[in-house]
Amino acid sequence: MTRHIISVLVENEAGALSRIAGLFSARGYNIESLTVAPTEDASMSRMTIVTSGSEDVVEQITKQLNKLIEVVKVVDLSEAEHIERELMLIKVRAGQKEREDMKRMADIFRGRIIDVSDNTYTIELTGDGRKLDAFIQALDPASIMETVRTGTSGIGRGNRVLRV
Amino acid sequence: MDRVKTSTLTGAEIVVRCLQAEGVEYVFGYPGGAVLFIYDELFKQDRVKHVLVRHEQGAAHAADGYSRASHKVGVCLVTSGPGVTNAVTGIATAYMDSIPMVIISGQVPTHAIGLDAFQEVDTVGVTRPCVKHNMLVKDVRALASSIKKAFHIATTGRPGPVLVDIPKDVTTQSCEFDYPQSISMRSYNPVRKGHAGQIKKAAQLLLEAKRPMVYTGGGVILSDAAPQLRELVKLLGFPCTNTLMGLGAYPATDRQFLGMPGMHGTYEANMSMQHCDVLLAIGARFDDRVIGNPAHFAQNPRRIIHIDIDPSSISKRVKVDVPIVGNIPDVLDELLKLLRDSKPQDIGQWWKQIDEWRAKDCLRYDRNSTIIKPQFVLEKLYEVTKGEAFVTSDVGQHQMWAAQFYKFDRPRRWINSGGLGTMGFGLPAAMGVQLANPGATVACVTGESSIMMCLQELSTCKQYRLPIKIINLNNKYMGMVRQWQQFFHGNRYSESYMDALPDFVKLAEGYGHRGVLIEKPADVEPVLKESFSRKDELVFLDFITDQKENVYPMIPGGKGITEMILYEDL
Ligand SMILES: Cc1ncc(C[n+]2csc(CCOP(=O)(O)OP(=O)(O)O)c2C)c(N)n1
Repeated sequence: MTRHIISVLVENEAGALSRIAGLFSARGYNIESLTVAPTEDASMSRMTIVTSGSEDVVEQITKQLNKLIEVVKVVDLSEAEHIERELMLIKVRAGQKEREDMKRMADIFRGRIIDVSDNTYTIELTGDGRKLDAFIQALDPASIMETVRTGTSGIGRGNRVLRV
Repeated sequence: MDRVKTSTLTGAEIVVRCLQAEGVEYVFGYPGGAVLFIYDELFKQDRVKHVLVRHEQGAAHAADGYSRASHKVGVCLVTSGPGVTNAVTGIATAYMDSIPMVIISGQVPTHAIGLDAFQEVDTVGVTRPCVKHNMLVKDVRALASSIKKAFHIATTGRPGPVLVDIPKDVTTQSCEFDYPQSISMRSYNPVRKGHAGQIKKAAQLLLEAKRPMVYTGGGVILSDAAPQLRELVKLLGFPCTNTLMGLGAYPATDRQFLGMPGMHGTYEANMSMQHCDVLLAIGARFDDRVIGNPAHFAQNPRRIIHIDIDPSSISKRVKVDVPIVGNIPDVLDELLKLLRDSKPQDIGQWWKQIDEWRAKDCLRYDRNSTIIKPQFVLEKLYEVTKGEAFVTSDVGQHQMWAAQFYKFDRPRRWINSGGLGTMGFGLPAAMGVQLANPGATVACVTGESSIMMCLQELSTCKQYRLPIKIINLNNKYMGMVRQWQQFFHGNRYSESYMDALPDFVKLAEGYGHRGVLIEKPADVEPVLKESFSRKDELVFLDFITDQKENVYPMIPGGKGITEMILYEDL
C-alpha cells in the first residue's frame, strides 16, 4: 500500500464529479482526499485525488479513470518529482494568556493570522499534509476550536506539465 | 463537425430525426407521460418502426438481442421513473457484455427536477454504474449533438449502452436541427492500431511456443474478428477455446476447437489453459467464471499475450507479459502479416496430450435414460436445426448445456447473458434476434423458472408474429441453484423447487401460440422436427426433463481451473 497523488483533467460537465466519486466507491478504491476546481480554461476542471493501494490497484485506478468519457487526462504525480500543498484554516483559542504563545507557534510554522477576535485567532497555513498534521499536533487539543482543510493539490516539478 | 442543416424542429421531432439519420430500423419501447411527444412524432412517420414490449426490461433485452445478432445499435425508449427503473436490469445486462445500445428515457420537466415530481427518478444517478456513459439534456440545442455522441460512444472503443435522459419540456421546445455527421471529442479517442513492437513480440512468442493455447472471448464477436481468428488458428495449427461469450468465433466442429473453458468448460480446455506455455488471450478478460482462482492459475508458469481494446481489462486479474491494446481485427491483421511466412514449432506432443484429455469425454451423460435428459434435447436441437439456428438462452443449467452441446460454427448465433447472468433475458432477446433476422430460425433455450421472468413478452411475439421456438427444459427446479445446494449445502433444497407451475401448453395457447408437452425421449426428435417446420408460428415446447441432472464438469467456486468435478467422480 503506497500513497499516490493522481491528477485528472476533466471536462467541466455536470455529473463528472459524481462519476469519478462513484467509480471509487463502486470499485472499492480508497480516497484520502479529493479536490476539484476549474482551470485557466473554463471548460476543464482539474482534480487531485490522493489514494492508496498496491501498484496493481493504482494501475487499475488510472485505467478506470481514463475510461470515463469526460476524463481528458490522468497522471500519477507521485511517479516523478512533484510538489504537493494543502491549505488549512484553523480557529484557536487565543485569550490574553495564550495569545503570545499562539502567535509564536503560527510564526514557527509560517502560518498567517487572518482573523482576530477577543479570544480567537484564525490561522491560515499551507504545506504538505504532514506539516499541517504537525501543526495540529503541536497545539494543545483543548485550544483547537475548528479546523478546515482543502485536501491536497499537486503539480509536477520543472517542465513536467499536465495539459491538453 | 460537418453538419446537415434543416429547419426549426421541436425536441421530439429532433429525437425521431436523429434516429432516422442513424438508420435505426427498430425502437423497442413503452410509452408514458414524459415521452408522449416523442411517441407522437413516431406516430407521424414510418421509417423508424416501434416495437411495443410488455415490460421495459423486455425492451432493453430485445434491443440488446437485436444488437448482438446484427452488429447494429439496439435502441430503446422508455418513460421516466418506473419506465427507467424497469429497464435497469436490461441496461446492466448489456453493460456487462459490452453491447452497443442507446437508451432514450423521458424525464420530468426541467423545472420539476429535484422536487420529487410524479414519476421522477434520478435516472442519470440510477443508471450511472451500469452504462458506458449517460447524459441529461437540459437544453434542446444540445439534443441532436447529445444523441450523436450517444451513438458514437456506444459503438466505438469497447462498446456499451449509453443513456440519454430528456426532460419533457425539452421535447416541446424548438431549435434549428443540425445533425452532426461526425463527432470528435478531446476526452474520448479509442485506439485502433496496436503497438507494432508489442505485436512483433507476440509473434515471436507464438513461434517459440511448444504448448500454445488460444483463448478468446466476447471481444472477438463484438469486433467481428472471427475471420482473422480462424485464419490465425489454422495458420499456426494451435488449439483454441472460446468463452461463453465468445462461442462461434472459432468453428465448434473444427478439430482444433477444445470447447468452452471455465466453471462448466470442458476438461481439455481447462487442462490446456493451465498447462500451456504460451497463452494468447483475445478479447477475453480472465474472469472468475473462466480461470477460477487466480492464485491457482498463476501456479503454472506461462507467458501471456493479451489483445484487448480496453486497457483496464489487461492485467486486471492476471498479470500479462505482452499487452496489446487495440481493435482486435486490426491487431490480428498485423499479427497475421508477421506470421504468414514463418513456421511455428512442432507441437505434435502437445496435441497428443490434449487428445488424451479429450478422450475423457467429459460431456458424457446417460443416453439410455427413460426420462428425457436435457443434454439429449440440445443434441437433437442441434441436429434438427442443422446447427444453423440463432440460439438465445436464459440463465441456469440449460444455458450451460446449450453452450456445451450446440456447436456454434458462426459468430453472433449464440446469444446469452454471460456477464450479469440475467434470468428473463432469453425470450425478449430472441424477439430482437428474430426482428434482426426475419426468416431465420430462432430458438430460445430456457428453464421453467427463467421463462417466467419475462413471460409477458409472449404477447409481443404474437403482435409482431415472431415465430420463435421456445425450448423449455422443465426440471421443476431452479436447476443451477439446486445443483449448488446438492454439492455445497448438504442437499438442502431451500426454495429452489418450483411449485405450482402453470400448464405451459395452455399458457402458450392463452397468448395465441402453439404449445406442446414432451415427456418421452422418443418424442424429442419428431416433435422438434414438426415444430421447426412451422415457419410462422411460435411454438412453446415444454420438455419434462430429469429433475436431478447436473452440469459437468464443474469447478466449485474459488477452486482452481483444473479442480473439476467430473461426471465419473460421483
Ligand atoms: C434475475 C435472476 N435472479 C436469480 C438468479 C440466480 N439463479 C441463477 S440460475 C437460477 C435457476 C434458474 O432456473 P431455471 O430457469 O429453471 O433453469 P435451470 O437451471 O433449471 O436449467 C437462479 C435462480 C439469476 N441468475 N437471475
